[in-house]
Amino acid sequence: MLTIIFAVNNKKMTEVLRGPWPWYVAGPLIGLTVPALLLLGNKHFGISANLRHLCAACFPGRIKFFQYDWKKEIWNFFFVAGILAGGLIAARLLVNPQPVSIAPALAKELAGYGIHDHQGLLPAELFSWQSLFSLRGLIMLVGGGFLTGFGTRYAGGCTSGHAIMGLSNLQWPSLVATVMFMAGGFLMANLVLPFILRL
Amino acid sequence: MQASSIEPRVRENNMDFEVRSQDTICVNESQQQHPWWYNLKYMAVGILFGIVLVKAEVISWFRIQEMFRLQSFHMYGVIGSAVVVGIISVWLIKRFNIKTIHGEKVIFHPKQFNKGQVYGGLLFGLGWAITGACPGPLFAQIGTGALVVTVVLVSAIAGTWMYGYLREKLPH
Repeated sequence: MLTIIFAVNNKKMTEVLRGPWPWYVAGPLIGLTVPALLLLGNKHFGISANLRHLCAACFPGRIKFFQYDWKKEIWNFFFVAGILAGGLIAARLLVNPQPVSIAPALAKELAGYGIHDHQGLLPAELFSWQSLFSLRGLIMLVGGGFLTGFGTRYAGGCTSGHAIMGLSNLQWPSLVATVMFMAGGFLMANLVLPFILRL
Repeated sequence: MQASSIEPRVRENNMDFEVRSQDTICVNESQQQHPWWYNLKYMAVGILFGIVLVKAEVISWFRIQEMFRLQSFHMYGVIGSAVVVGIISVWLIKRFNIKTIHGEKVIFHPKQFNKGQVYGGLLFGLGWAITGACPGPLFAQIGTGALVVTVVLVSAIAGTWMYGYLREKLPH
């Protein structure tokens, strides 16, 4: 981050930081999260485990899967609280004044489903309280969230735990999981989602 | 603590079998006890991580749709370069036996394969393409003010709970 700050002169700096960051800046910074957590205290990068710790802390029931010492993993709650705060900071201080640029083919396809809002990172037609009361919104927000939470735990990790941490440690089961993540994504986005978006 | 004395202790003291079965990652490998405020350093890492997720538009539903439609290189570049940097970092830590800032040896556990990575991975992918967010971005999206995403998060927690409930009956 410091290099970026020094690389650009003061006047242009805020402009550069406000615009969308390119992949070759963001990707390596995300990759550096892995050694940062390891070296700060032997913590393995992973976010979906929080959902499990939350279940273990709040409603473990008599389920064996949630009977463990979740307090030992409390660092992970601090980590996600940081992500939330990071989102808040980025949205308040580094807000991009321009609408999100979208691949023309995608914009055209989405317009066919009545999705025209490109102002923010999430289209308001799908991600709003009003949308929640439509069949399409309900399926996408509630159904999508459920699949994500169920699948990530079944797979033993999410994009961070498997695709980034697992692959960084050259674990082949993580490669299997990553390939399946992508397979599921391609299936949904190309074959199923168009039907949901037409609802 | 001497690094050499730590590793055998980890195995002996690891009574926490259930947290490790099926998913050995995303856990605390440290045996050290610290006051709670030591955790603030993870919050600092989280803040930087959250800012990157937002500014690189990784949390954008549009970017995820483009990725799964092969309409943009952006997400492949982000994930690919993150993995390359991660691989180099982990290799360096192992090669030079780099210790944590508290002098502890960094511990890695091999991941065990089970069918969950196939079935669960597929289900996760289906969900990811709908919501346009994996668990990390969910928190960042809420942070940016998209409060309706709390519904997605609560639903993901419910999904996690349901997995725990059904786990014995599912193929692994």
